[in-house]
Amino acid sequence: MSTQVPQQTDETDAESEPDAEEEPSKGDLRREKKAKRAAEREREAEAAAESAAGENTRELKVFRFDPEVEGKQEPRFDEFHVPFEKGMTVLDALIYARDTYDSSLTFRHSCRQAVCGSDAMFVNGQQRLACKTQLSDLSEPVRIEPLPHADVRKDLVVDMQHFYDQMDAVEPFFDADELPEDELEEQRQSRANREKVKMSTRCIWCGACMSSCNIAAGDNQYLGPAALNKAYRFAMDEREGESRKQERLEIIEQEHGVWRCQTQFSCTEVCPKDIPLTEHIQELKREAVKNNLKFW
Amino acid sequence: MASNTTYEHDVIVVGAGGAGLRAAIAAQEAGADVAIVSKLHPVRSHTGAAEGGINAAIREGDSWEDHAYDTMKGSDYLGDAPAIEALCRESPKETIQLEHWGMAFSREEDGTVSQRPFGGLSFPRTTYAGAETGHQLLHTMYEQVVKRGIEVYDEWHVMNLAVTDEDDPTDRSCHGVVGYEIRSGEIAGFRARDGVILATGGMGQVFDHTTNAVANTGDGVAMAYRAGVPMEDMEFIQFHPTTLPSTGVLISEGVRGEGGILYNGEGERFMFEHGYANNDGELASRDVVARAELTEVNEGRGIEDEYVHLDMRHLGEDRILDRLENILHLAEDFEGVDGLEEPMPVKPGQHYAMGGIETNEYGQTCVDGLYAVGECACASVHGANRLGGNALPELIVFGKLAGRHAAGEEFDEPEIETGKRGDHEDADFDAPVTLGEREPGSDAGPADASAAADGGEAVTDPDAVLEVAVDREIEHVEELLETDGVNHAEIRSAVQETMTANVNVFREEEGLKEALVDLREARDRYADVGVSDPSRTFNTDLLHTLETRNIIDIAEALTMGALARNEFRGAHWRKENQIRDDENWLKHTLISWNDGDPDLWYRPVILEGENKRYEPKVRSY
Repeated sequence: MSTQVPQQTDETDAESEPDAEEEPSKGDLRREKKAKRAAEREREAEAAAESAAGENTRELKVFRFDPEVEGKQEPRFDEFHVPFEKGMTVLDALIYARDTYDSSLTFRHSCRQAVCGSDAMFVNGQQRLACKTQLSDLSEPVRIEPLPHADVRKDLVVDMQHFYDQMDAVEPFFDADELPEDELEEQRQSRANREKVKMSTRCIWCGACMSSCNIAAGDNQYLGPAALNKAYRFAMDEREGESRKQERLEIIEQEHGVWRCQTQFSCTEVCPKDIPLTEHIQELKREAVKNNLKFW
Repeated sequence: MASNTTYEHDVIVVGAGGAGLRAAIAAQEAGADVAIVSKLHPVRSHTGAAEGGINAAIREGDSWEDHAYDTMKGSDYLGDAPAIEALCRESPKETIQLEHWGMAFSREEDGTVSQRPFGGLSFPRTTYAGAETGHQLLHTMYEQVVKRGIEVYDEWHVMNLAVTDEDDPTDRSCHGVVGYEIRSGEIAGFRARDGVILATGGMGQVFDHTTNAVANTGDGVAMAYRAGVPMEDMEFIQFHPTTLPSTGVLISEGVRGEGGILYNGEGERFMFEHGYANNDGELASRDVVARAELTEVNEGRGIEDEYVHLDMRHLGEDRILDRLENILHLAEDFEGVDGLEEPMPVKPGQHYAMGGIETNEYGQTCVDGLYAVGECACASVHGANRLGGNALPELIVFGKLAGRHAAGEEFDEPEIETGKRGDHEDADFDAPVTLGEREPGSDAGPADASAAADGGEAVTDPDAVLEVAVDREIEHVEELLETDGVNHAEIRSAVQETMTANVNVFREEEGLKEALVDLREARDRYADVGVSDPSRTFNTDLLHTLETRNIIDIAEALTMGALARNEFRGAHWRKENQIRDDENWLKHTLISWNDGDPDLWYRPVILEGENKRYEPKVRSY
């Protein structure tokens, strides 16, 4: 798997000692051992770096920042050389660098398969999911930065709160006017309608679209592509009913809603789930116009 | 750093995947003030990676009784009937509940929910949303959490439980949890007035080839274990037959459900041609298919000595795009293979833990006020082998039951006993090395934050119990940050390596013993673990170091169970006794932490259902 560390050239420690009942100098022993370990690890990291330099490696330039650690308070880029293997992703490379060279290298990641949406980053100038970006598709050095237009917490980790707030603002939950009375009776949906909302339900909340959007960058209140796509997902779902749809259209039509979008398609270009975000926003605009004509 | 903040709610749910979200909704509907505390933001949970579907008997010609029978058979008669029957009876209602919450299920022409065949099922009862059922389920449920305004403390890692320290775990009670805010490094107490529900998911990071997320480190399982709750049937690990070789990414059973075929390196349809499952072929139970694949590889009929092929090309582009589109993306992105043009390489990978925290059919553990639901729990619904499509209904059914129970709703007396009491037997178990804490019962080990007494008087006041637990964690973190030590990643990968080498699909005594020796060594090295990142901000070095301790405890319990159970049942195969040995082994394996000196014992399985007894039969597909 992806988590690789160099083989430990183990010196005998704890397991060769008898499990002492009495260890008066335990604290000292422990500290001494820790110091030895630290030195050893440094040597290993150097050795790994040296051998990596000779092999087929890739060079990463990774953004580093930590608000409270001396030397990291001023943002900088660190270079890492990682041995390249076929199929290696940007996430694999970051994990290698962290586990081998610098355990303080920080980034969100979890599922490794493009469904948890944790690891959107700015890689060689574009928003991408690190786990589904092949190193072989990138030019060197691979420059890895946190998502633009978001506050950086540390290294590649950004504050997602604003993104979540915008999602919440569109009342992102199914809320049908009517439901079948029987708890075992399905609320039917046509295949065509399911097909209509299908792509919009694929969103994994990674934030790549919001980060890529010029309008969102300039207008902090703009709902943004992800939230508008969420609104689309419900507004277009025939099961919710007309009354709820009216309320939804009011939300998306607000001052910082759909009309801000200037159809630059940057969100659509970066979406790792290929959701036609711009089209969805355009369709909401049409719905809003139709709706307004209806009441005119 | 030290914090005096205490958050307080009626019910605290730990983990925000399907089970946790469902539990929180249920508890709130039952009138409780509920909060969710989760290491990940809810939509990042690994429920989102589930692909195949949700088994629910919702059609004419099907019945919950048939679902229960299939599940018991699939469990190789190691599931407890009261839990299995609760699952199958409630699943239709809970599945339609999801539909009423707007979940985007795949649909038939008449607008009803689609179902497809899945392994080990006597009726095509797996409801699904393409090959992304878990993603749809997770997001649908989170939407309902948002709608209800349920409080979520996200990116708060729960470090430990606040449990009283009576000698007998069945006398203990749980009053809250200790949380670590990843963003700020703050450590705070979360006081639960009525109950704590663990819903922390899987433990796949114990192995190195897994479909599980990096975050699936079994945190809830490990902390319940150390607090005195027995671990049940830990040796039963499901190895999913179709994972991508290079990453472990899951290729849904839905591919075979729709008609996908497995071929070996010689182009043979081996499930039939080599007689592994003459009736069901590719759709035999997962354990059967996983062993068949490895047997093919071991006998030289694999491809590149590693994997076999899963071919779905004959299904046609339309059907694939309609029902399995996500599989095309996964195969392309993570293996560079176009599933429309060529067969996909697959091999078995760790997928699911059937065992876990011992609970009854309401999710209650033997510690008062402590519940567990979902993959971290063992009720036991899955016994020795889980059927595909039975994990998601488990989340919603038991999430709901536990949520209501914790919120104070009245239920009938449970049929399933918990804790080391009632009908049980002690095991005769010899380990090749000392297990558990280096010095059992002492506090000299690596900050054993279990419920073990610190000496002195027992603390029973709930607020004081929580305060003690918080202080202990603060001290532990300070110690980890203070000096440089062994990088946890070295230890974690050593554990994963030995588990994958020795506690995999095929197991033998010698290898299992070797694993215990390796785990002993890992535990000893962990005594010298240190965190080199000095920051309080988003310190994932610290977070992963804490997780690695959990991985060690779980790996050890799992291996103990595998060594003790000398038979072949469901997912657990032993070279020394390759038969299902009902005479000796129709019983659950339980392991109690016993304050650092693990204790192995057994309890009989319950085959007595509400209206009938499930007689063990030969399990063939």
